[in-house]
Amino acid sequence: MAAVEKQPVTVSGAGPLNGVMSGLLTWIDQRFPLVETWRSHLSEYYAPKNFNFWYYFGSLALFVLVLQFVTGIFLTMNYKPDAAQAFASVEYIMREVPWGWWIRYMHSTGASFFFICVYLHMFRGLLYGSYRRPRELLWIVGVLIFLCLMAEAFFGYLLPWGQMSYWGAQVIVNLFDAIPFVGPKLAIWIRGDYVVSDATLNRFFAFHVIAVPLVLLALVGAHLLALHEVGSNNPDGVEIKNAKDPKTGLPLDGIPFHPYYTVKDSFGVVVFLIIFSIVVFFAPEMGGYFLEANNFIAADPLKTPLHIAPVWYFTPYYSILRATTEQFVLWVLTPGVVGFAALIVWSVKNSNVRIAVGVAAVVLLAGFFTLDAKVWGVVLMGISVMIFFFLPWLDRSPVKSIRYKGPLTKAAIALFVVAFFILGYLGTQAVTSGRTFAAQIGTAVYFLFFFLMPWWSRMDKCKPEPHRVTGK
Amino acid sequence: MTDQAGINRGRRTLVIASACAGSAAAVATAVPFAASMLPSDRAKALGAPVEADISLLAPGEKMTVEWRGQPVWIVHRTPEMLEGVKKDDDKVADPKSDRKKDELTPEYARNEYRSIKPEYLVVVGICTHLGCSPQDRLKAGPEPFASDWEGGFYCPCHGSLFDLAGRVYKNKPAPDNLKVPPHTFLSEGKILIGEDKKGA
Repeated sequence: MAAVEKQPVTVSGAGPLNGVMSGLLTWIDQRFPLVETWRSHLSEYYAPKNFNFWYYFGSLALFVLVLQFVTGIFLTMNYKPDAAQAFASVEYIMREVPWGWWIRYMHSTGASFFFICVYLHMFRGLLYGSYRRPRELLWIVGVLIFLCLMAEAFFGYLLPWGQMSYWGAQVIVNLFDAIPFVGPKLAIWIRGDYVVSDATLNRFFAFHVIAVPLVLLALVGAHLLALHEVGSNNPDGVEIKNAKDPKTGLPLDGIPFHPYYTVKDSFGVVVFLIIFSIVVFFAPEMGGYFLEANNFIAADPLKTPLHIAPVWYFTPYYSILRATTEQFVLWVLTPGVVGFAALIVWSVKNSNVRIAVGVAAVVLLAGFFTLDAKVWGVVLMGISVMIFFFLPWLDRSPVKSIRYKGPLTKAAIALFVVAFFILGYLGTQAVTSGRTFAAQIGTAVYFLFFFLMPWWSRMDKCKPEPHRVTGK
Repeated sequence: MTDQAGINRGRRTLVIASACAGSAAAVATAVPFAASMLPSDRAKALGAPVEADISLLAPGEKMTVEWRGQPVWIVHRTPEMLEGVKKDDDKVADPKSDRKKDELTPEYARNEYRSIKPEYLVVVGICTHLGCSPQDRLKAGPEPFASDWEGGFYCPCHGSLFDLAGRVYKNKPAPDNLKVPPHTFLSEGKILIGEDKKGA
């Protein structure tokens, strides 16, 4: 019945086909919420007028997602997920398929650029407090996307079946082996064999081309829906919904996403494509950071390469894994857990919380002295990623944006970024005792940033937030 | 059947019961899917024992055979190498192979040299840390990672060291000694890897 009640759609302007177009759109709109969707998500979705450079990376990440889907589909037309043929089929794509090299380099470069965009997008959230209430769920869905992306990259990296593919997968799957009791069985289940083999390659292909992409798409959809429900944050961290035009009810500091931000984001895509193309055409291996030299040698299950390292976007977490030695557990983790438990007991008055923290600390300490350091390395690596989920509740600052936060926050974020880069660099290098020590300091800074955030974010001297966005 | 709040209790019970039955069926259906990811019969069959001919393996040399897709090393140790193993006793984490005995060291290899015959070491060449394959550093002499090196293996991934009996050095990322696979001597120059001596 709704179909009859809906207003007809009229295409404005004086084009010769406007009558036909209006008729067609009316026909569709009476059967599908076309105009409503267009309005609520584009032409009448009001975004803050003060978006800056940092706001390019969300739409760019979406663009790279599309790029990966398109190039990926064309790669599957020639790739063979078979241990005996995989390596050769990638070389076949590179040398014999017309434009195959271009499609493949776009896909491999796209993977790295996806992470560049997502890391910058997340950092934007950190700068402007975009994860704060009411955007906690939006942030959580975002972290889930990040996890999916890591899984997608990991599964995809095995497919070329080079030495680095093979031994990288071997090391990562063996991480599960460290889980007490069920670990070894779990690792065999993941591999489908006693070592990484044809069975593993075949299932990783299934995960990479269908399972994870489906989840990724659903999550991206949820991320956008959640964003449009709560509205975008902005560099000032103040809600544009708080200042509305009394007549129209529209936010005074908001502008329609289309055409304002569709044009801005299109410009971003053009600049992105220039940089992306330069890499694809002139430096697709990026000096071994995007494609590693050892991966141009076919997988050999009997011989590990001299130096193995994950691709750059995983190296900070890999450094944390390697930094967790027996000494680190004894001299850093043990006092760290004791100190942190004492800090919570000192600052939280609720006795239930105190007891829970005490019990958790005792269990952890018992674990430190019974389980291998290897287990704790895996645990720390897991926490280093999972901790992002808790950011909305760790940040206790009275203001959202870094513009109004004090020197303490700025110093903490700067230290965190330095630690992240150092860990990332060390993860690409072979171990020496000096580098391990540096990675251990980096690991400590990384975790202190998050675990002490409830305290330093509250202690910081913040400036008052403005009532309206400043437009700077 | 309907109580004061206007809820049909009988119907609600049925709804709960059928939802539970449905969930149980859904979970049960997941089992075959999960099980399909376990090693196939063929993958298990490839775990069958392999024979290695060691008659031409000169003293001081190493050979590698593939068993279950993993490298198995056979080292023909010289008397000097065996002497080195003895000297390593206080450098290694688990000199007597006491840890995870049943998994890593079969009964017949629970001795100083972790082998049936002292001169032949048979171990799986996969680091017990994260599964890389360590490299040969068989000769004694100073190495960048150890000044008094008696010969052994160096794992390039995370720097673990193993001596010529596959025993892990103290304070290294690898928690355990290299695994000694089940094996038996078929004759003087033939080893069967993957199976113990019947009835032994």
